[in-house]
Amino acid sequence: MRKRYIIPLIYILFLMLPIYWLVAMSFKTTGEILSGFSLFPQTWTFDNYRVIFTDPTWYWGYINSIIYVTLNTIISLTVALPAAYAFSRYRFLGDKQLFFWLLTNRMAPAAVFALPFFQLYSAVGLFDTHLAVALAHALFNIPLAVWILEGFMGGVPKELDETAYVDGYSFPRFFTTIFLPSIKAGVGVAAFFCFMFSWVELLLAKTLTAVYAKPIAATMTKTASSAGYELGLLAAAGTLTIIPGAIVIYFVRNHIAKGFALGRV
Amino acid sequence: MKKQYQKAWFFVLPVLLLVAFNALIPMMTVVNYSVQETFGNNLFFWEGMGWFEKLMRSDRFHAALGRQFMFTGIILAIEIPLGIIIALSMPRSGFWVPICLVTMALPMLIPWNVVGAMWNIFTLPDIGLLGYLMNTTLGINYDMTQDPFAAWATIITMDVWHWTSLVVLLSYAGLVSIPDAYYQAAKIDGASSWAVFRYIQLPKMKQVLTIAILLRFMDSFNIYTEIFVLTGGGPGNSTTLLSIDLVKIALGQFDLGPAAAMSLIYFAITLLVSWLFYTLMTKDDTQ
Repeated sequence: MRKRYIIPLIYILFLMLPIYWLVAMSFKTTGEILSGFSLFPQTWTFDNYRVIFTDPTWYWGYINSIIYVTLNTIISLTVALPAAYAFSRYRFLGDKQLFFWLLTNRMAPAAVFALPFFQLYSAVGLFDTHLAVALAHALFNIPLAVWILEGFMGGVPKELDETAYVDGYSFPRFFTTIFLPSIKAGVGVAAFFCFMFSWVELLLAKTLTAVYAKPIAATMTKTASSAGYELGLLAAAGTLTIIPGAIVIYFVRNHIAKGFALGRV
Repeated sequence: MKKQYQKAWFFVLPVLLLVAFNALIPMMTVVNYSVQETFGNNLFFWEGMGWFEKLMRSDRFHAALGRQFMFTGIILAIEIPLGIIIALSMPRSGFWVPICLVTMALPMLIPWNVVGAMWNIFTLPDIGLLGYLMNTTLGINYDMTQDPFAAWATIITMDVWHWTSLVVLLSYAGLVSIPDAYYQAAKIDGASSWAVFRYIQLPKMKQVLTIAILLRFMDSFNIYTEIFVLTGGGPGNSTTLLSIDLVKIALGQFDLGPAAAMSLIYFAITLLVSWLFYTLMTKDDTQ
């Protein structure tokens, strides 16, 4: 071990401390949490988790979140793929302006859109549906997906397209059988980012839902305030929200750095 | 050179329609509210530029905006250098690389309100790990619900915890793209490690760092949930950043006019700064 590895090591320890505390808290009884400080749970309890897995208001929160996140990822990628192809392969009237305009939507503060979104989706009868949240998040995810995919597509030589057309491939067949497999990593990374934003965002998801599509994050805030301050339960619910992220991140671990650079390294 | 092909518009059409539905209609709503006054019952009165003028002279808005810039400035000043240092000292290859990347990316995948709740639990004075450590073990009086300075230190530490990894991952992506030959040449020339950093590593990282600064600026300027859950904007108004104030006015007090005017100014500032970064970035793209 060389000496400079100390720095990332300390950093990772710093990252893990609050997470450890959350996980430790989730295995403690409420009595133990409130009675004082203890570094490890004195009496291990799974009650907090049992509550979450048996109470529908809790576990439906997770199901709702997963439904709209998946929906959002599918919508965003489906529309972003052809657009990214156009941006990466062709010049057309207003392409640069359009690209920047797309990007500006990624910059919009969610707080600005909260109220208008509520009114818009109520007006079209989508309020409190998974689709409403998925569409609202698409506003932020599509620009990012287009950007990432465009970066990855730029790395595929244009000769590939031209040879395929000469060989008599139609565009849809070329796109699905040749082009998509060659930017697999890019699609994975873009999907990861759609998942990530949709999973972590709360303000819009909370504003656009009431009962049927309520995300887990909103369930947490409601429970924390209504049922006193059940820290153990809150910690257990929080711990469970970390797991999907950890699973997804494992799949893109080799491409994640390139993805964060929006495919431009 | 790319081919000129106007039919490419058809490829972009789905994106255009979806984003336009999502962005233009709400934006028009905001513009509409910003020039009107309402007393409920769907009665609206023309207000013109009134809300904008009031806002420009409002101490509350200036204070929130000032706090917002202070927050963004501080976290950029900490996260960018720290991220570069960590990326520089990470191993370039081997067994530990994926482990480092996955553990570092983990905080970014935790829902924002869970981040807030987690730091709340972490910093509780008597029973939180950090709170206990500060108050009992180190004897420093630390309670972020009482002391504005402690609250600021906490939200900044939280953001550093949450987002430094973004800078690390981006810088790291830039670093691993440097061919070994560059380092060998530098070694033959007897270049100092500072010279290697200044003339080889930093130029290679320039583009990814611009992206990092752009993303960190946008996200920290729009930050809402984490801080709202952790401090609720308090103690007093000391951590009421722009978006927290905006949500208070719009959804709390339902003052649609002022909130809309504030939204537009807010968006305009984000847009302006981001546009500057974007021009810088695309300038590099064409080079």
